[in-house]
Amino acid sequence: MNLNYTIAVLILPFLTFVFLGLVGVKMKKKAAGIVGVCSMGVTAFIAFAAAFTYFFGTDQGQVIDGVRQQLQVFDYTWMQFTKNLVIKIGVLLDPISAMMLIVITTVSFMVHLYSLGYMDGEKGFQRYYAFLSLFTLAMLGLVVASNIFQMYIFWELVGISSYLLIGFYYTTPAAVAAAKKAFIVTRFADLGFLIGILILSYYTQTFDFITLTSNPGAVISSAGGATFLGCSAMAWAMTLIFIGGAGKSAMFPLHIWLPDAMEGPTPVSALIHAATMVVAGVYLVARLFPIYCLEQGTMTIITVIGAFTAFYAAAVACTQSDIKRVLAFSTISQIAFMMTSLGVASQMLDNGVGYMASMFHLFTHAMFKSLLFLCAGAIIHSVHSNEMTAMGGLRKYMPICNWAFLFGCLAISGIPPFSGFFSKDEILVAAYAKSPLWGIWLAVVAGMTAFYMFRLYYKIFWWNNPDYGDHKPHEAPWTMTLPLIILGLLALCAGMIPFGKYVNLARTVEYESGINWMVAGSSVLIALIGIGLATKLYLKENPKPDRMAEKTPGLWTAAYRRFYMDEFYQYITHHVIFAHVSTPIAWFDRHIIDGTMNMLARVTHSTSYSIRRFQSGNIQSYVWIYLIGALALATIVMLCVI
Amino acid sequence: MKFDLTILMYIIPSVIMFCCGVYGFITRKNMIAILISLELMLNAVDINFVVFNRYLFPGQMEGMMFSLFAIAIAAGETALAIAIVINVYRVVKNVDIRELTKMKF
Repeated sequence: MNLNYTIAVLILPFLTFVFLGLVGVKMKKKAAGIVGVCSMGVTAFIAFAAAFTYFFGTDQGQVIDGVRQQLQVFDYTWMQFTKNLVIKIGVLLDPISAMMLIVITTVSFMVHLYSLGYMDGEKGFQRYYAFLSLFTLAMLGLVVASNIFQMYIFWELVGISSYLLIGFYYTTPAAVAAAKKAFIVTRFADLGFLIGILILSYYTQTFDFITLTSNPGAVISSAGGATFLGCSAMAWAMTLIFIGGAGKSAMFPLHIWLPDAMEGPTPVSALIHAATMVVAGVYLVARLFPIYCLEQGTMTIITVIGAFTAFYAAAVACTQSDIKRVLAFSTISQIAFMMTSLGVASQMLDNGVGYMASMFHLFTHAMFKSLLFLCAGAIIHSVHSNEMTAMGGLRKYMPICNWAFLFGCLAISGIPPFSGFFSKDEILVAAYAKSPLWGIWLAVVAGMTAFYMFRLYYKIFWWNNPDYGDHKPHEAPWTMTLPLIILGLLALCAGMIPFGKYVNLARTVEYESGINWMVAGSSVLIALIGIGLATKLYLKENPKPDRMAEKTPGLWTAAYRRFYMDEFYQYITHHVIFAHVSTPIAWFDRHIIDGTMNMLARVTHSTSYSIRRFQSGNIQSYVWIYLIGALALATIVMLCVI
Repeated sequence: MKFDLTILMYIIPSVIMFCCGVYGFITRKNMIAILISLELMLNAVDINFVVFNRYLFPGQMEGMMFSLFAIAIAAGETALAIAIVINVYRVVKNVDIRELTKMKF
């Protein structure tokens, strides 16, 4: 089976990006959009073909111990500096990267199609499609990366395309600020990632994923004895790499950029800030999972940060009034679920069910969260506001959107038979297997998830019937509703896939296929409680929610203001770092370094000014001076000789 | 009476010629005059070539050869210089080098 053609999924979006970027402005808007959609469709087709060939291939030696082996289907040495420092561009197919190919191309194709309707008539429509192609290229390059350096390159490309797309409405100051914030925060985290890569590859002498993960014990022992601040070098490396992932995946305390990133166009939020880019951190940890397994300290950090973030984001999401912010915090919370699931996973407990669960949740979450975002986009498109207060009773005006949104909410709440139920159930199983504490913690967060999602749903589609005046909300055009229908069906069925059969760790016994009814029952029960509570409070307009908020003013306001994390960062950056570190450095730079340079320049200038008379351009005077010089020289020589 | 031509008898006029050339080159303001001074220096050097060849290496011909060569080159060079001077004159109606400052920055 020859899978070399997989490289086309990188080449095609790249060519589209270059084409639309260079000649897009000369084209009609519609034509540029159609070029983008068609190219994405072909890319999706190739990616699906590659993934299915990979998953259902029956070649000898492809499945060992129930695990599909990694396949390096493309390898190209890009830059060779020394024997070990080689930067390669390759395509690595393994269960998780093939799964990610499907996720990214599906969501990206849906978003491309949806944007035809949503971005219709926007200024810079062609630029928008060029950037979408760039993002798709970067994200696909990231997941198929065969070595950690290639991953880092595409990781940064993803970051820059996210920056460009958040700041798409560059005339809005809020969008520009949000783009900068997203870029700087993730860049700061990527510094950790880079240092981690350098430490890791310094000791192991390789960037290659297959070499690294096939023998994790050797990786750990390669840095044997090297310690820093009481922890081994490898623990540092893995923790720093995780920090990079935490920045991209918006883990607490590096989550502050994601809610602001909602300033970008809504389809972009669906693609980048819900389904694909933000799970890159989870994917990174999963990619290096065999090494993380042996670093239990780092795994504990991942678990604790993940679990805390899940709770924190869910608490904030309960109080937000901007529908995209609610979805943003719910994304943070769900990604934290995946992170926690990876943190509690290990080879010993249930054969690494947490690893499988995390990837499963990533898969289902991408489908239902992009669905929710695209619905939110359709709602914003017809109501022209992000605020819940401007909405209400929309179920009568937008029936398709209503059903799609309901499907998404049921999926994220974990109600069977929707996809979220299956993946969340696996996560809870993994968490209970590690410790009941994490199990109960995540179950509570799952209940909160159900509550805030249905709060959102009722506030948009039920609650009250405001007078929309002349401008009645309307159903979106077919380019927007078609993706909603497709993703809605995916949100319904994606959980039926026997995921554990395809994505798993090496194991000795088969998974117990099926559902742990104890865990499943309790999680469904708690989700139903959350939904019930939301129904009671938000189905019909009533003063109860406001009264509850008034009764707990401190808590409610704190949650509404995101527990003052942004203010905290503002204080740290402006009053501590800028005032006490940056200002002295700036002074040193302006006065000492610039001063030295200015002095040199001034001395050179004044010297040359004083001697510029010699350079008259008058040849006769040159000859005269030359003659005198030659005569003087001759005289001196003669005197010496005599 | 026998009259021997010594080497000095050639070299002294040649030196005088050369000094005249240098003097003219430095002091004249007319481009044609400068060109003539240049030729004067060149001819002084040519004389030196021939004389030194004649007195130091009587059996050889290199000096003679080089002076012939230099005369030929000088002819070409003079033609070129004259052409430049004429063209300059056509543009600025003047051959006084004090006036030719157009190409200065």
